[in-house]
Amino acid sequence: MIEVKNIRKGFGDVEVLKGFSTTFKPGQTNLIIGQSGSGKTVFLKTMLGLHKPDSGQIIYDGNAYSDLNEEQQRDLREQIGMVFQGSALFDSMTVEENIAFPLKMFTKMKKKERIARANEVIQRVNLENANHKLPSEISGGMQKRVAIARAIVNNPKYLFCDEPNSGLDPNTATVIDNLIREITIEYDITTIINTHDMNSVMEIGDHIVYLQKGHLAWEGTRHEIFKTDNKDVTNFVYSSNLFKMVREAQNAK
Amino acid sequence: MSYLHSIGAYFIMIKDTFVKPTKGKVLSDLIFKEIDDLIIGSLGIVAFISFFVGGVVAIQTALNLNNPLIPKSLIGFAARQSVILEFAPTFISIIMAGKVGSFITSSIGTMRVTEQIDALEVMGINSLNYLIFPKIVAMLVYPFVIAIAMFLGIIGAYTAAVYGGFTSNDAFLSGLQEDFIPFQLFYAFFKTFLFAFLLATIPSYHGYFMRGGALEVGKASTTSFVWTSVAIILVNFIVTQLLLS
Repeated sequence: MIEVKNIRKGFGDVEVLKGFSTTFKPGQTNLIIGQSGSGKTVFLKTMLGLHKPDSGQIIYDGNAYSDLNEEQQRDLREQIGMVFQGSALFDSMTVEENIAFPLKMFTKMKKKERIARANEVIQRVNLENANHKLPSEISGGMQKRVAIARAIVNNPKYLFCDEPNSGLDPNTATVIDNLIREITIEYDITTIINTHDMNSVMEIGDHIVYLQKGHLAWEGTRHEIFKTDNKDVTNFVYSSNLFKMVREAQNAK
Repeated sequence: MSYLHSIGAYFIMIKDTFVKPTKGKVLSDLIFKEIDDLIIGSLGIVAFISFFVGGVVAIQTALNLNNPLIPKSLIGFAARQSVILEFAPTFISIIMAGKVGSFITSSIGTMRVTEQIDALEVMGINSLNYLIFPKIVAMLVYPFVIAIAMFLGIIGAYTAAVYGGFTSNDAFLSGLQEDFIPFQLFYAFFKTFLFAFLLATIPSYHGYFMRGGALEVGKASTTSFVWTSVAIILVNFIVTQLLLS
């Protein structure tokens, strides 16, 4: 579980995160949504420790990140898996080497064991016959699978995904969304996904946090988001023509 | 102010490169890879340039020896002095700033742009140590490249001078051994070590701290070449003042 307490973060005179609190529970997919510039990425990076908050706390299972010493922070980070927007695969390594990389860095596994574990995860994300290919030789959807495989190979307790299905076709995006949700439930991971894809909200939004101009403007489930009276949220949700048409069809009934 | 800030950031980067080390086995693999990329991969161009520039030095010296009182052995002497003291350590380093420096900047810069450095940091890896420390260690082998450049520069000079008919074999070899001061070799290799450190760290700084996209990676490579060259020339001047004046 990750608790966020009154988090604030600014750059120069601009305050990006303006003090809010929330809780992300394990075994469910937590989505952070909001318009561009709402502070989603800064929030994600602050939770990951890439940005130091100006005030407030990020608490990982009872341990406030800011209270941990460097060694403890490093130990904590070993329990974090991250799927970057652009996959962030190491382009000089093959798919198999990319996936086995966290094992090579943080475990005492021998090469054979690392490869065996990497192959287990490769099968889990349905990515076969690509072990010895370089990231540049596989499609965007496959790269995302590799990124997910690398993120979960060391059995993380926390999984962060930054726009995991950006740049993917709708079918592949749905497959990736479902894969993340299955993995979250299967391994009881605290998963936090940064997205502005409404299909993801519909598919996997167990807990949704809506950010607006650095404030937490709304939170709830995917079922609740379509019933909310919050105008900012409805404007955001129905900015998609598809959802607008669905609402109009429902109203017509 | 921005220059002072950059210089400060550069030294902080160097300090942080040596803390929180990566696993030994991983580092040793990375070091061998860097030796292959930075050192072995540069041998061809260094050999080519050294041989022919050595030859040009010999020809230029020979063509300027108009006075019959000046012995032809001066060709060997001049070739040795210019190749060992300046050409091999300094000018090869500036060529390496273009070849190796831009490679380092663009590869680290691309990792920055594509969030690969963020990925390392999120995993709890000290990305500076992971990326830059192996390059610094690999560049400890750099004096070996300069030794080859010295050797081939002199061979080039010998070939051009003797086979070009400018001097005899004996005259060239006697000039080559004339007034040889071993301390000058120490001076050449001492500054080579300093240049190696600059070649590994300045381009790394420009790659690591770059922001933007593909265009900025290109700009960072150019800036890195300019500043590495400037640093090499300045350090060359200071070391020469301190050790030879």
